Amino acid sequence: MALPAYAGPLERTWYYSYRVICAAIFLFLIAPILVIIPLSFNAVPFFTFTPEMLSFDPAGYSLRWYRDFVNNPQWIHSLQNSFIVAIASTILATVLGTLAALGLSRPYTPYKSIIMGLLISPMIVPLIISATGMFFFYSSIGLAQTHLGIILAHTALGTPFVVITVTATLIGFDQSLIRAAQNLGASPTTVFFQVIMPLILPGVISGGLFAFITSFDEVVVVLFLADFDQRTIPLQMFSGLREQISPTILAVATILVTFSIILLTTVELLRRRNERMRGMSPQ
Amino acid sequence: MAEAASDPRDVMRTADGTPLKVSIARALRRNRLMALGLIAPLFLFILFSFLIPIVDMSLRSIDNSVVPDNLPRTVEALADWDGENLPPESAFAALAEDLRDGRESREIGKVATRLNYEISGMRGTVMGTSRRVDRIIESGAFKEGLIDANEDWGKPETWLLLKRLSSPYTFGYYLNSLDLRFDPQGAVEAQPEFRRIYVDLFIRTLWMSLLITGLTILLGYPIAHLMATMPLRYSNLLMILVLLPFWTSLLVRTTAWIVMLQSEGVVNSVLVWIGILSDDGRLELIHNKVGTIVAMTHILLPFMVLPLYSVMKTIPPSYMRAARSLGANQFTAFVRIYMPQTVAGIGAGSILVFILAIGYYITPALVGGTSGTLISNQIAYHMQSSLNWGLAAALGVILLGLVIGLYFTYNRLVGVDKMKLG
Amino acid sequence: MKKTLRYTTIGLAGIAGLAFAASAQAVELNVVSWGGAYTASQLKAYHQPYMAANPDVQLNSLDYSGGLAEVRAQAEAGNVTWDLVDVVVADAIRGCDEGLFMELDHNAMLEAAPDGTPPMEDFLEGTVSDCFVPQIIYSFAFAYRTDAFKGEQPKTMADVFDLEKFPGKRTLQRSPVNNLEWALIADGVPVNEVYDVLDTPEGIERAFAKLDTIKSEVIWWTEGAVPAQLLADGEVVFGNGYNGRLFSAIEEEKQPLAMIWDGQVLDIDGWAVPADGKNIDEVLKFMRFATDTQRLADQAKYISYGPARKSSLPLVSTHAELGIDMEPHMPTKYAELGFLTNFQWWADNRDELNERFEAWLQQ
Repeated sequence: MALPAYAGPLERTWYYSYRVICAAIFLFLIAPILVIIPLSFNAVPFFTFTPEMLSFDPAGYSLRWYRDFVNNPQWIHSLQNSFIVAIASTILATVLGTLAALGLSRPYTPYKSIIMGLLISPMIVPLIISATGMFFFYSSIGLAQTHLGIILAHTALGTPFVVITVTATLIGFDQSLIRAAQNLGASPTTVFFQVIMPLILPGVISGGLFAFITSFDEVVVVLFLADFDQRTIPLQMFSGLREQISPTILAVATILVTFSIILLTTVELLRRRNERMRGMSPQ
Repeated sequence: MAEAASDPRDVMRTADGTPLKVSIARALRRNRLMALGLIAPLFLFILFSFLIPIVDMSLRSIDNSVVPDNLPRTVEALADWDGENLPPESAFAALAEDLRDGRESREIGKVATRLNYEISGMRGTVMGTSRRVDRIIESGAFKEGLIDANEDWGKPETWLLLKRLSSPYTFGYYLNSLDLRFDPQGAVEAQPEFRRIYVDLFIRTLWMSLLITGLTILLGYPIAHLMATMPLRYSNLLMILVLLPFWTSLLVRTTAWIVMLQSEGVVNSVLVWIGILSDDGRLELIHNKVGTIVAMTHILLPFMVLPLYSVMKTIPPSYMRAARSLGANQFTAFVRIYMPQTVAGIGAGSILVFILAIGYYITPALVGGTSGTLISNQIAYHMQSSLNWGLAAALGVILLGLVIGLYFTYNRLVGVDKMKLG
Repeated sequence: MKKTLRYTTIGLAGIAGLAFAASAQAVELNVVSWGGAYTASQLKAYHQPYMAANPDVQLNSLDYSGGLAEVRAQAEAGNVTWDLVDVVVADAIRGCDEGLFMELDHNAMLEAAPDGTPPMEDFLEGTVSDCFVPQIIYSFAFAYRTDAFKGEQPKTMADVFDLEKFPGKRTLQRSPVNNLEWALIADGVPVNEVYDVLDTPEGIERAFAKLDTIKSEVIWWTEGAVPAQLLADGEVVFGNGYNGRLFSAIEEEKQPLAMIWDGQVLDIDGWAVPADGKNIDEVLKFMRFATDTQRLADQAKYISYGPARKSSLPLVSTHAELGIDMEPHMPTKYAELGFLTNFQWWADNRDELNERFEAWLQQ
């Protein structure tokens, strides 16, 4: 959205104030993270900027909460569990959800809104009720207190996001493109990967992200379904809420944020390198 | 087209000679089957992993089997009672025997808890009486014995309550969810004023969720638009800023907002420091509605930005250029050409945000104070503390009904076909 | 606190190490408690010595946030996986009524005191109930910021309710339990008559009327971790919370706070055994060990909650890391200033009063 050369003064003013507004919104988005990072080096177990911290006195800072994290095998174990469960349920949810969204977006699909309503119901039902209901049912078929049970539960909670976001990208989708591809002799698989997939990819990715985050941050269902061996990061974070929340959760959050910055930046650098190699100019 | 070919001798045919009508019908059928085939795996998955458990759970909102299951003799003895004065001696005898059996099987506490939801103190009455019931049965004077054990058994209301709860199903929990109740005679009446909470909470929950949805549109639209129209190399960097909050758990983000908003917190301190506020004029930004709205808007904002972005990404920039070259100014082009194409994104984001907002309870519990807590907090309370699962299920079903109702309204008003009309 | 946490870490590492080393035939017991510093004190006083003495038993420590939802769901699903649960007495009574917890024969199942006093007499009066073995006495007491008031400092419950003499925000638990009692005490009702007054409609009116006088200045908390945080941040000048948490804020973290023991509500925390658990025999063995005189006294080394046995009281010594005498920090020392919650009365009245309290909050 570069400013065109023919822009008038009004347009110019709007152009710059628009950027300022956007900058403010981005600041709002990351403000809590800017707060969390310094607080994770706090020397006292409160979520407070102490006078020592504000005067940059080294005594106000410590690595106490990071040591707590690294030295505690329960945290490491929960981290592993969280990733296993979140990745597995994201894959399942993305595949199932994308297929269903494709089906829902085809013309002449019968009972569309009823099916849609049922498919997104896991998002609507208050979690505490889902958790209890699932616990009863999963216990009766032996899935409670297993990794598989939690993965299935989280998949169910994650699919609505995929269905909604992919359906939204498909609304503008021109169905005649599929017929055109078929006329040109493409097999259904080719049509899917060459025609449909590139168009819905942003929706699939954002739906998948939501599914991942839902699982990664979910505590209520885990509380009912998980045993000692399946505890996840959020469960570990919520423990002690009755008495004292340990700032270790801030250290964990900081580590995860750092990790994701590195991951996302690497992906972006690889993409740019890829673009250069292909001789394309960045769009 | 197919309708035009009504004359059987003059039907249009496809290349292989089948009438076009048949061919189209077949294609339609194939299309439908294909669509349903695509939906089926997820549908079956959701059915087994989610819908069956939930239906099972929500049936608890009408389940009333506690009294008929545990006081079978009493229920039978009261069947013919006209509800006037006290029931006959046989009912007292039946109750005494049921209480004895219930104490032995340790099921009587369920009856006590159930009755206590209706009349405070009934728990003590039932439990206390059940401990003395052996002596009453021995003495053979059931009526005097029971009334002597607890005077509640001498009140007709107690017996009317038992009679009312004899049916295995009840709408009582739904009435309670709407701040209504049965009077002793079984007619519906309003709860006394000091027990009315749920209707207000439902209204507040809907209103706050709508407000939060509106705010996320207001904040999400500009940045999604900015990112969608920027070169990818910059927009991807900005996207990191949208995604980062996701990596910090809900509890952490909520705590961070407490640090930001409290009266000695970051926001107030900065405002005092630059002189906008005086030191004793600090704003109350937390433990009230403001706290809930700010924290939840922040937590839910990415759920608006991402669907908006993925829809905006599919809009070719040439449309805007075409509009401008046809003489529309930037504002007109944006409102008339660009915005209608993003309605699907706004819709998807709004549904996500609204529905998630309606079900949050940990964030409102920590930052909401009294004016910022929502119906889910009450559901969680009844699930976890009071163990009144019937009421929790009824509240949950009503909430679900409201959301589904709103979803269909949205579908009718905004509609998934909006794009084709625009 | 730093040290406490390090020891916790070592303790947890030890348990996890055992978990990995445990052989297949070892008995695993799922012991559920509140998490945080409280679970840490139990690990050190109970779990570790027990596992050291019984290498074939592995104790898994799980955290929950209270309530009986999980216990009831497990019982109804016929899949009871929790072997032992740390509960507050109100939940123990409710769970016992509903048949969720096993009824216990205390004298047969628990150790006698070293001098031979049977358990039923050794535990403090009024703390034992059918399905419940008391472990510690804790209290809900108020703390205030020592830098908030010049001159006279608050000492009594009436001071907590006095906005003129001691202005500023307070934080109270969002629940009718305790608050109604305190309101009456602040209004001049003697401690031992509180429940008689509360048992009348006028008494309840009176309690709510007194609460009305401070309502505008109250921040209501729902999670126990919150009050110490609010006090440390200077957001409130008075806060009621678990005395152990306030102790660690005052003594370990050196926050400018002081206790008001007047009107403290004593509450009991202890063990309950879910009925139909899979390892009842093994769990009863562990419980027998964990509630003997020495073990209860040991726990007080790590957290300032008073042991529930009379015979443990003389054994309470100094804090394991801070080296300070724990006796003045035990709520039991100030028992005459406070009262024991009337659990039966609350069990009868909680459903209605909770709705009434919530409705009152919204007014």
